[in-house]
Amino acid sequence: MDSLMVYVYQIAFSFSILILISLGLALIFGMMKVINLAQGEFLMLGAYFCVLGSNLGLPLWLAMFAAGLGVGLVGVIVERTVIRFLYGRVLDTLLATWGISLFLMGIVTTIAGPQSQSVPSNMGPVNFGGLNVPGYSLVMIVAALLMLAGTYAIWRFTNLGLLVRGTMQNPEMARALGTNTSMIYMFTFGFGSAITGLAGALLVPLFGASPTMGSFYISKAFITVISGGPWPLIGTVSASGLYGVIDGVVSYELSPVLAEICVLFVAVVMLRLLPQGITGRMRKGI
Amino acid sequence: MKLSRRQFTRLASGGLAFASLQGTLSTAGLAQEKPIKIANILDQTGGLNIYSLKQMKAVAMATDEINKAGGLLGRPLELIFYDAQSSNQLYSQYATQALLRDEVDVIHGGVTSSSREVIRPIVGRFKGLYVYNSLYEGGVCDRRHVSTGMVPGQQLDALCPYVVKELGGKKGYILAADYNYGHITSKWLQKYIRDLGGEDLAVEFIPLDVSNFSSVIARIQDAKPDVVWSALVGAAHMSFYRQFHATIGTDEMMLASTTYSIGREHVELAPEEGKGIILATSFYDGLDTPAANDFVRRFKEYTGENDYIGEYGEGGYRGMALWAEAVRRAGSAEPDAVMDALGGTSVEGAGGLYTIDGQTNHTVMNIHVAVQDDKQEFEAIRTFDQMPPIDTQLVCNLNENPNDTTQYEVQLD
Amino acid sequence: MAKFLQRLQSPSGERPGAAWWAFVVIASLILALLPQTLGLAQLLDLSVVLVLALLALSMSFLWGYIGILSFGQTAFFGTGGYVYAVAAMNFDSTTLPFLLGIVLPMLLAAVLGYFMVYGKLSDIYFSVMTLVITLIMNKAMRATSGSQYVVGDVRLNGQNGIPGVPPLQVPWNPEVTLFIDHVYYLAAALLILVYIGLRLLLTTSFGRVMIGIRENEQRIELLGYDARRYKLLAFILSGALAGLSGTMFAIWGNFVAPEMFGLDRAAEVIIWVIVGGKATLIGPIVGVGIIQYLTSWLGMQGVGQVTLVLGVILIVFVLAFKDGLVPTLGNLLLRLVGADPESRIKKGSDLEKGSDL
Repeated sequence: MDSLMVYVYQIAFSFSILILISLGLALIFGMMKVINLAQGEFLMLGAYFCVLGSNLGLPLWLAMFAAGLGVGLVGVIVERTVIRFLYGRVLDTLLATWGISLFLMGIVTTIAGPQSQSVPSNMGPVNFGGLNVPGYSLVMIVAALLMLAGTYAIWRFTNLGLLVRGTMQNPEMARALGTNTSMIYMFTFGFGSAITGLAGALLVPLFGASPTMGSFYISKAFITVISGGPWPLIGTVSASGLYGVIDGVVSYELSPVLAEICVLFVAVVMLRLLPQGITGRMRKGI
Repeated sequence: MKLSRRQFTRLASGGLAFASLQGTLSTAGLAQEKPIKIANILDQTGGLNIYSLKQMKAVAMATDEINKAGGLLGRPLELIFYDAQSSNQLYSQYATQALLRDEVDVIHGGVTSSSREVIRPIVGRFKGLYVYNSLYEGGVCDRRHVSTGMVPGQQLDALCPYVVKELGGKKGYILAADYNYGHITSKWLQKYIRDLGGEDLAVEFIPLDVSNFSSVIARIQDAKPDVVWSALVGAAHMSFYRQFHATIGTDEMMLASTTYSIGREHVELAPEEGKGIILATSFYDGLDTPAANDFVRRFKEYTGENDYIGEYGEGGYRGMALWAEAVRRAGSAEPDAVMDALGGTSVEGAGGLYTIDGQTNHTVMNIHVAVQDDKQEFEAIRTFDQMPPIDTQLVCNLNENPNDTTQYEVQLD
Repeated sequence: MAKFLQRLQSPSGERPGAAWWAFVVIASLILALLPQTLGLAQLLDLSVVLVLALLALSMSFLWGYIGILSFGQTAFFGTGGYVYAVAAMNFDSTTLPFLLGIVLPMLLAAVLGYFMVYGKLSDIYFSVMTLVITLIMNKAMRATSGSQYVVGDVRLNGQNGIPGVPPLQVPWNPEVTLFIDHVYYLAAALLILVYIGLRLLLTTSFGRVMIGIRENEQRIELLGYDARRYKLLAFILSGALAGLSGTMFAIWGNFVAPEMFGLDRAAEVIIWVIVGGKATLIGPIVGVGIIQYLTSWLGMQGVGQVTLVLGVILIVFVLAFKDGLVPTLGNLLLRLVGADPESRIKKGSDLEKGSDL
């Protein structure tokens, strides 16, 4: 029973990390067909904004929300100054966001220095199935689920969500019906960035903030989103679920290295079988 | 002297270090003399710059001080800085450039073992001299190379008996970064633990980009060791200390490390996260000796910075001091002459007496065992005087084989 | 003058004219004479530019001529380097290792290319897949630090890479090994040969089908060509080129390390090609030169973060000079001498169309 609980925890934790690092990327990709190679650096910015907010005296949770807003703002600026000119040129956006990623890494190192920084959560350990786990990691799991639910609610139940989904499915039609699609794109990119920034801030207490932290997560985020396919929410949840199970079990039973290799192997096999991702064949989705 | 960041980069790159001294040099009658050239190749940019930034400045400071004191052999020093941007290709290009185009008399620098192994053959080919100021896995046997940092043998010879015998850390769980340093250090750790009557429960190698330790920490709790040994390296591995604190904590289980504080880990962690971690190093800022206090004061005054310097930073100053002393002993800055004068060269430095061991061209030094308190500082526990690089001495004898250039790996078992 | 320039930039697919051959001869002469004026250190810097130019060509050839954007040419670059290093340290001679350093990456490209091309991965997935492949190889190579990872007598050495890779021997006289200036001559000769070879390849029917695929894959298929076969062949050829570049890199620096597969190198390849201009063959070569000298120069200026500068360059070029320096400057030059640069491009066709260079 105890070891079952350990598995449940390991899987849930892996799952929530995958959700956190890839949800924003998936939204932007699914909505706008823009692959944001600066995803990792948006996470990093979120983490740094959180450290900054906390250093300025904000309570940790408030600093996290501020970080989400801050990165959302950065996202809007990036969209207005760069991405906007590149819609429809998928490869060019890939290249431009790669440039943004290098730029952000350089600028943060220049300003904040190369060393990592952290803000402790001050939450003690929690006994879970006979083992101590960080109490804060449970907060992360809940936060990941809340972020999924929140995104779903906005998409599904608000007027704005309707416009976004409409634009996503048929931009010409949406434009003909009077939607300002440019604003919708800006909003979506900003929203995706804000989610990523919040996720980066949530990582701080256990993982810290460092200028190169983006590169630790970027390939995992990509594999999750590509495997998930075109529907951001269902795709991310199902791919994170699959890889979360593999990562959680293999890294506890064997080692973190083997877990990463297994995840990559499954990803390659799956892309050969389902080149458009898990949700690639779905007509409808979210 | 308070310097802005911009001035500082110029200073570290050598321009200012030399220019600011024109006055001093002309009064000392040095301005006309041909300068002795020093290359410093480090990573100001890229993932490894955390280890380089203080060392860059320490080398610049040493250069400045020597010039102020009248130069070396009546000649001024000229420092040329190269930012290798954490790329081995640039290490190769700059090392060749330094020796062939800039015609330097000595190369300092290199952080990783791979960068050192790129520089070493080039220095051998063009008959230069190379001073490597970083702790590493040991075993390099090369007369044109001097290592001024710690090697596992001398470090563990101090740390292991203390932790296993005195603190009763019999059962150990070893975590090491997955590259040569981690692999070799963990072998030495296993040997020392067993020789001292302890038990090594497990060894895990962690890739440098892994930051999620939740499964590792679960396994540690299953194994119930007395002490966790960490030879973890780099920004991603910092998460281990955070996650260890959030689950087990040093009150429940000892945590001893060969790398902690070297990458300034303790300043980056929150005070409570690093409290109680045991380390062994050849220099830390709080080392309460007159020499250490004086060095820290001068460094802070020179750079205008007020944060932790640590072993990598002091290493740059140490390397310069040892090399300069060898130049004085040789009466020449020619690499071949300095090379012959290296063995037995000795300086009193910030961490204690440093002496180059002529058999290996490694450095005999004091190893300080310390523990972190609750204010991000270290409390001295004990200093082990004049530890020799015993691991490298087992495999390397430059007196008998002066033409050796191999990096040996010690075979334990 | 205008006519000359226009002839130099005549649309690809046609036989290169006298102007082009004159350009090649002059460029070769300059490369041959440079060692007379340059020191060894400068030759070493220039050699690495020539070596990496082969890598840039392997990518721009795929991208500019058949329209496949591969982010993972570093997978073959790294494989070439490691194959040469491991083979040369195991065998007495270096001739076979040199050839293996080209052939094995080619085989790897054949296998990977088969899965990706015949698996009908769409363009964007193809790009991301190639990137993921090189990152996996990077990770795998970094995980080989343990003493159990040995090929023959050679430790793979993980993160640290393999130092002391033997220099190339003269095939008929193994006693003689290539020194810095010899490596330079070899790299220059290889680059010129590859440049001429790729240019002439475009005049063959194979080359014209390739350009056809870039312009309109469906039409080519309707004409009865098997586009996938051509794509696969082009991918294999580019794998061989990248492998050659990796082999030469190992010979140049006497070391190989996992960073050859890494994200930084992969990003650099893209930047070279974008900055130089992807639809020409000379553009990427120029791009490598500019970026390599820029990074090496910046490294001596103590400016701080070099990646910051590279990032800005990449953004600016994608936004403002999408065609790259060589075509942009070429058109500017044409305007200056009074010719209409558009005249050489048929109406309705893609502006990205290649030029003779």
